[in-house]
Amino acid sequence: MDLSAINPILLIAAMIAAATPILLAAIGELVVERAGVLNLGVEGMMITGAVCGFIIAVNTGSPTVGFIAAAIGGAVLSLLFAFLTQVALANQVASGLALTLFGLGLSALMGQSYVGIKPPRTEATPLGPLADIPVIGPIFFGHDLVVYIGLVIVAGTWATLKFSRAGLILRAVGENHDAAHALGYKVKRIRTAAIMFGGACAGLGGAYISLIRVPQWTEGMTAGVGWIALALVVFASWKPWRVLLGAYLFGGITQLQLNLQGAGVAIPVEYLAMSPYIVTIIVLVILSSDKSRAPGSLGRTFHVSG
Amino acid sequence: MKLTTLMASAALALGFAGGAIADGHEKTKVGFVYVGPVGDGGWTYEHDKGRQAVEAEFGDKVETVFVENVAEGPDSERVMTQMALDGADLIFTTSFGYMDPTNNVAAKFPDVKFEHATGYKRLHPNVSTYSARFYEGRAIQGHIAGNMTKSNIIGYIGSFPIPEVIRGINSAYIHASKVNPDVEFKVIWVYTWFDPAKEADAAKVLIEQGADVVLQHTDSTAPQAAAQEAGNVVTFGQASDMGQYAPFPRVSSIIDDWAPYYIARTRAVMDGTWEQKDTWDGIGPGMVGIGEISDAVPADVKAEALALKDALADGSYHAFTGPLNKQDGSPWLADGETADDGTLAGMNFYVEGIEGEIPQ
Repeated sequence: MDLSAINPILLIAAMIAAATPILLAAIGELVVERAGVLNLGVEGMMITGAVCGFIIAVNTGSPTVGFIAAAIGGAVLSLLFAFLTQVALANQVASGLALTLFGLGLSALMGQSYVGIKPPRTEATPLGPLADIPVIGPIFFGHDLVVYIGLVIVAGTWATLKFSRAGLILRAVGENHDAAHALGYKVKRIRTAAIMFGGACAGLGGAYISLIRVPQWTEGMTAGVGWIALALVVFASWKPWRVLLGAYLFGGITQLQLNLQGAGVAIPVEYLAMSPYIVTIIVLVILSSDKSRAPGSLGRTFHVSG
Repeated sequence: MKLTTLMASAALALGFAGGAIADGHEKTKVGFVYVGPVGDGGWTYEHDKGRQAVEAEFGDKVETVFVENVAEGPDSERVMTQMALDGADLIFTTSFGYMDPTNNVAAKFPDVKFEHATGYKRLHPNVSTYSARFYEGRAIQGHIAGNMTKSNIIGYIGSFPIPEVIRGINSAYIHASKVNPDVEFKVIWVYTWFDPAKEADAAKVLIEQGADVVLQHTDSTAPQAAAQEAGNVVTFGQASDMGQYAPFPRVSSIIDDWAPYYIARTRAVMDGTWEQKDTWDGIGPGMVGIGEISDAVPADVKAEALALKDALADGSYHAFTGPLNKQDGSPWLADGETADDGTLAGMNFYVEGIEGEIPQ
């Protein structure tokens, strides 16, 4: 065993990077579910964002433009889900699963000529002297912009849901869509906006994998992160800060266990490999022993005449 | 399963049913079950090249179908059953974890021939197994890695702790330590064949912990990208050439060439001469190819590596030649003795010098 081989600063920095795709996808899905819609298409929107971001970043040479394109790509794909569930009143579970299958196929098609290409490098955010602070600098101030955007989105989502009128309306729609409708709120319009927000966040998360974490395009490269994000929303009891905690726990322990394996720690590898799932679930289940529950109208189809 | 694949196979199945009703069995139908996407740039990509070679060879006389991203386990059994029901005459199942499902489905369809890659169970007369002696390629990688490492730490991304992967680690270690006795192997098990983000993370961790050579036994090119990002880390293409990362970080590769085998077995089904067998071919017969050794490798090391390749190919040298001890120091092979295929096929121990335990 050689724990000295692990550099704690690099480890924590890697944990934050590993958590970001899950965090982005999960916070987007949280807003969608708080609006009363269950979108199981997170994986499909992520992979579509991953390929859109990659293609645009390679062609323009700018990762920033790539990330914007990824958000747009994810949002456009989510519009398909919005159309199916809000206009055509299709079943949300089936539509979401279809969206995942469609996204995986579409991205494979779009990305065919981009296999093996190197995307432009995403630089760390220029935070000036902050990044030079010993220890704290590389851990907190040496990241790319998307990491900070993810944190800002979490904080913004929390504040909006808790303190703003818009957040109150969104929650009302999610808790009881008939009552919200009776009060004169445009249930479908609000839900469509929430779905698009979720799509954009998932797209950003996907592009984080293809542009920064790997960085390359490979078919099916999100490999299930979208499903983990979906589960995280439930275990986090639909609360933004718990999503943040869960994502960092999951991403962090994933990194930690790889590091421990590399350092030859005498814990059986099977336990290390399952540890991210178990620890995240246990922590969030303990936290959610309070009265938190799912939004009242989650997954139910809304019909105006209803 | 991709929607496109689903639609394509549905259309093919429909077309086949129509043809079969009209004039019996006219085309030989060959199915392939893949563990990853055909665009993974590694393992599945090479199997699909084999499938395309079958189509090119036989043209109209053959029809191929494939399903990608099939999870190992019960899901694969369902896919194989569907293929057999759709009239496949020959089915290649191309991942270790399909071993039991393949045999289960074969029991139900005695007239369909099954070929399972990298496994060892042939419980029914209609099941054959085939694999390649990848460890011969690993010997060459180990030789180059041992010569090129400056930190003397070689990282190894393992997928699952199965004999095929353990053989590779042992073979690479034996030949790396032969040229560089100080070399140390760090093995990380990721428990997946294909997950680019996880593979990249594992590569980064190994690099952060001092490895300047990273060997992978996973299917995607993600570790190559991570090594390229790091700048001074050597890698090897796995399962496919991964030439887009040449000449550096990828300095050589193991290429799986399944095409000749797939063509031969398809022909055997057409002729009615198909028989159960166990195929395990290496560099000599061409099932394992060594990708071009790039100029990043010093000329003398390259020459030695090529000589090693020739010796492995013509059988004058075996990658597991004694004296070799097991990890615990107990003797395994005496001086000059070579390992038998039975031991290799079930290899579940590290050779002496490798640290760490194999997950059981």
